[in-house]
Amino acid sequence: MFKKILIANRGEIAMRIIYACRELGIKTVAVYSEADENSLHVRFADEDVCIGPARSADSYLNVPAVISAAEITGADAIHPGYGFLSESAYLAEVCEACHIKFIGPDPQVIRLMGDKARARRVMKKAGVPILPGSDGPLDNEEKALKLAKEIGYPVIVKATAGGGGRGMRVVRVPAELSHAVKTAQREAEAAFGVGDVYIEKYVESPRHIEFQVLGDHHGGVIHLGERECSIQRRHQKLLEESPSVALSDKMRRRMGAIVIDAAKAVQYTNAGTFEFLMDPGGRFYFMEANTRLQVEHPVTEMVTGIDIVKEQIRIASGERLSYKQGDVTFTGHSIECRINAEDPDTFVPSPGVIHVFSVPGGPGVRVETFAHSDCTISPYYDSMIAKIIVHGRDRQEAIGRMKRTLEMTVIEGIKTTIPLHLRILADPDFVAGKLSTSFMDRFLARPSTGRLAEAV
Amino acid sequence: MAAPAMAAAPADAADVEIELAVVKSPIVGTFYRSSEPGSASFVDIGSTVKKGDVLCIIEAMKLMNEIDSEYDGEIVNIYVENGQAVQYGERLFAIRTR
Repeated sequence: MFKKILIANRGEIAMRIIYACRELGIKTVAVYSEADENSLHVRFADEDVCIGPARSADSYLNVPAVISAAEITGADAIHPGYGFLSESAYLAEVCEACHIKFIGPDPQVIRLMGDKARARRVMKKAGVPILPGSDGPLDNEEKALKLAKEIGYPVIVKATAGGGGRGMRVVRVPAELSHAVKTAQREAEAAFGVGDVYIEKYVESPRHIEFQVLGDHHGGVIHLGERECSIQRRHQKLLEESPSVALSDKMRRRMGAIVIDAAKAVQYTNAGTFEFLMDPGGRFYFMEANTRLQVEHPVTEMVTGIDIVKEQIRIASGERLSYKQGDVTFTGHSIECRINAEDPDTFVPSPGVIHVFSVPGGPGVRVETFAHSDCTISPYYDSMIAKIIVHGRDRQEAIGRMKRTLEMTVIEGIKTTIPLHLRILADPDFVAGKLSTSFMDRFLARPSTGRLAEAV
Repeated sequence: MAAPAMAAAPADAADVEIELAVVKSPIVGTFYRSSEPGSASFVDIGSTVKKGDVLCIIEAMKLMNEIDSEYDGEIVNIYVENGQAVQYGERLFAIRTR
């Protein structure tokens, strides 16, 4: 087992990793940018190293600085969290070369899954249903038009190196395809450095369903069920839950088995998530696999009782999985709301000093945050300041529990998206479980009647 | 250090003004005073330096990075010890500039 883990991240996920390390008796090293000098994760780590100025590229994304910090502190492993360097095959390789364990999959698996077009091909071979689409990057306009005709409009043009909704264009008629491809290529080049794009069938109003897997270095692979993450704005998740109302036990078992086969096909180790679109007819289509811990992992932890971060650490240190598939049970329902420092109506970022920060307790409430009274939310990093997670016996209790928890949460000094979440939780379609990735578009387009009455 | 200057009743403000530049580490690594163990330090307290002179080496990931002076002046303080781990922004030297 590791003696000392360096956390190559910040904010709430750095805190999350510290929780697991402390419970496992492992020493922690926090790295921080000058903007995070007084951050909670720095305070609670056993050691801390300033690795650069506020700008992420010079600090949290700075591989030499992170590795050097591990060297001078004698850390024997690095947990990359999510975002930042968590899907950097380069960091994973440098770790290997420096005899530091990277807590995540092997670099070649990271690379494979990071190449979206290649991942699709490999998944298809492994028997995973994928969206019909180009098997590789688009070569020329003629082929693109022909393929789009075969697939059937609407189609979506996507960057092979992309993610997070960037480098994507929906095309509904052949006349728009050429322009969409060129624009997506330019965007992809600018955002990811690689201008390759591929096309696939565009499913209208699908549900976003993802499966959590864990694989060890002894061939053991299990799944921990699904999460539904259909509530998204511009491809950024706002609210997630587990289980999905749309999945029966039978569907869960079937998709779980498919996902395990897929993970084994690529010799997947450590934690990972396989993302699917599910159409109204209950058909699943593989979208992409994320070779890291996800933001919304807590809803799975609440429903299964499994500590995913501890399992990641154990797996990386060479231990077998603590659970067999038969040990994995699903109890109750969990919902997570991502609280962002943004105006709840305009989504304009709201950095600043939080004067009052108070979150309630009570049964089935879990808060993941780095925020506290008198803390500064700086403008340099993403706007998520807290995750509020609830667990209830069923979805109805979970919704009621989240509502009262958000109503009793006090964050003063900055704006947050709590009012938006309360509106979502009160929405009849949401309560009925009528979800799809177009939910927020419809929701935000509605006239805001009665908003004053609902304002917290 | 300032006291003797005061007692000497300076003729103009320039004598009392001390321009102090603090050199901070631009990277994370291990600080070394000389190019290799056993050889002479690049600088000591009292050394005169010119812009571009090597002040120290910071080793990171097995690479030796030379840290050059951005100022002309005199080394008046060295904040770290040979072989000490340093972080980004760590104070290394104080240079009294002319």
